Amino acid sequence: MKDSSPWLALLVSLMAVLLTAFLTATALMLGGFSPVVALQALIEGSMGSIDNFLGVTLVRAVPLILTGLAVAVAFKSGVWNIGAEGQFYAGAIAAVWVGLSLGDYPSFFSIPAVFLAAALAGSFWAFIPALMRIRLGVGEVVTTILMNFVAIHLVSYLVRWPLQEERGVFPNTDLIVESVRLPKIIVGTGLHLGFLVAVMLTLGLAGFFNHTVLGFNLRSLGGSQEATRVSGRLNISSLLVVTFLLSGCLAGLAGGIEITGRTFALYEGLSPGWGYTAIAVALLANLNFKAVLLTGIFFGALEGGSGAMQREAGIPAAWVSGIEALVLLSVLASDRLFRRLLGSKWQLKLRESGSDG
Amino acid sequence: MVESFSLVVFFGAAIRLAVPLALAALGESITERSGVLNIGIEGSMIAGALCAALAALKWSSILLGMVFGALGGGLVALVFAIFVLGLNTDQIITGTATTLAGLGFTGALYQARFGMTGSVITLPVLRSFEVPILGDLPILGPIFFQQSVTVYLVYLLIPTLWYLLFNTSWGLELRSVGESPEVAEEAGIRVLLVRFIAIVSGGLMAGLAGAHLALDSGTFIENMSGGRGFIAIAVVVLGRWNPVWIAIAAVFFGAASALQFVFQSLGSNLPFPLFLMLPYLLTLIALSGWFGRAKAPAALTLPWPTKGR
Repeated sequence: MKDSSPWLALLVSLMAVLLTAFLTATALMLGGFSPVVALQALIEGSMGSIDNFLGVTLVRAVPLILTGLAVAVAFKSGVWNIGAEGQFYAGAIAAVWVGLSLGDYPSFFSIPAVFLAAALAGSFWAFIPALMRIRLGVGEVVTTILMNFVAIHLVSYLVRWPLQEERGVFPNTDLIVESVRLPKIIVGTGLHLGFLVAVMLTLGLAGFFNHTVLGFNLRSLGGSQEATRVSGRLNISSLLVVTFLLSGCLAGLAGGIEITGRTFALYEGLSPGWGYTAIAVALLANLNFKAVLLTGIFFGALEGGSGAMQREAGIPAAWVSGIEALVLLSVLASDRLFRRLLGSKWQLKLRESGSDG
Repeated sequence: MVESFSLVVFFGAAIRLAVPLALAALGESITERSGVLNIGIEGSMIAGALCAALAALKWSSILLGMVFGALGGGLVALVFAIFVLGLNTDQIITGTATTLAGLGFTGALYQARFGMTGSVITLPVLRSFEVPILGDLPILGPIFFQQSVTVYLVYLLIPTLWYLLFNTSWGLELRSVGESPEVAEEAGIRVLLVRFIAIVSGGLMAGLAGAHLALDSGTFIENMSGGRGFIAIAVVVLGRWNPVWIAIAAVFFGAASALQFVFQSLGSNLPFPLFLMLPYLLTLIALSGWFGRAKAPAALTLPWPTKGR
């Protein structure tokens, strides 16, 4: 999925979406539902009104964009971070903890403090698998999955014991104070400042990867670690650490922003598996940061519209995670398909030119 | 006397809770021995649970429930195998996709069949029965030999798999494919076929694990696999890809979750989530080589064939 031209990447993504749409429509018809009604409800629910688009779709998209960026950063450099879920929770824990301990300071001080805590916590959660890979040669797939569960159980401990709400009845924390809550971008909608942060981070990352030496080195890490090693000028271990930390930092921020922007409290199941959906978000975007912005909104619309689909068309909301899986499988299949088709053509050309000379 | 009684109950519960983990982990260890890491067994497990529930409901039969549960898990693994072996797609991404697919489509099917509100379905329940003679042993009897049939199935699977892995030519082929597919192919072993069988076997067993979840609790709940497929992957690592150690590791994870129920029944306010966290931390420590080095199959997660395609 690397080194492909942007047009090919776009073609693969479009093909994947079409394939998913076709498979979903077929499955819906087999299940006795009308795909047209379903699509109408989905569009109506996710972008039928300004309120729905800003307050539902875009708000849903924020954690998906940020965790999607986290996955894209990692996968680009050959780091299989399956731990965005755990890093998200680490960030959320740090955010709620700092948010609750901070008194009533001005927002321009306390919100950056909470963001910093969330970013650091997410990075720390990714740092352990990083150390284990670099120092001990233990692959990060299993370790990041393990760290997810450590985080999930840590949340369920914190919200029942040390950080439980004041009355001690429900398994959630108290609400953070007003001054650490993100302001709304447009008053009267749910759309909070977190969306702007996500957009800015996306553009910043794209610039960083395309225009700085460190960004270039990180990209070369994904191309071929062997080549990077042989060239000898780069320290692979430190580049890997940077990748892990950056990825964890983004996922941690996603958790912090979810707390400060939407829920204002921590509870079990804060994320409905965004860390895993993020993999679909990043891959549909072909690991391109700017495209993650679009695919994040696309998945946000899917999740945001699923409620309406259930109400209006009677289609179970759980379909949506099925659709997310179909997107992933379609991306994989169409990527392979195009690669094979073009690969054979490419070889054909080479042979022709060979015969000329 | 009261204390020893509750200890027996605790260990019995640990064994029972270990069963789905052990089944899925034993299956996953076969898959991993062939050099394939299938992180999609969570999807196999939930599919197994739903298929088992539907079959058991239709025919009021535990046996058919287990058979269809295994088939459901195998079907999800088949999709994984087609992508990973047929299209040579990335194992990690494909596994994530099949997990999401399993959780999503079982939820959708369940809601479509039983309504959005999630009406409770009641299934025939796995009953525990006592093994003659062994069941009468003091302490050990109630812990190990007054259990349900799935527990005894695991007892049988451990030595069987161990024998298959280390004492048959099939086991040798499987392990060589996982260690070095190049060498295996030169020796005339059909790498993709071995991997196909290993993946589907892993899926069947994960499906069986799901069937146990449904039939042991007597109902199906959305997402009832609750991450056990991922836990099974940790169990394989902690058990060092060896059936005997995997079973012990599964009991360890089972004991951690059994503690939760003990604490609750004793009205204790000890923080059970910390105990639930313990096995994961221990697995991380085990991976760090604190108990000697655990070595994964060398070709794990690597694509095959490496070029072309």
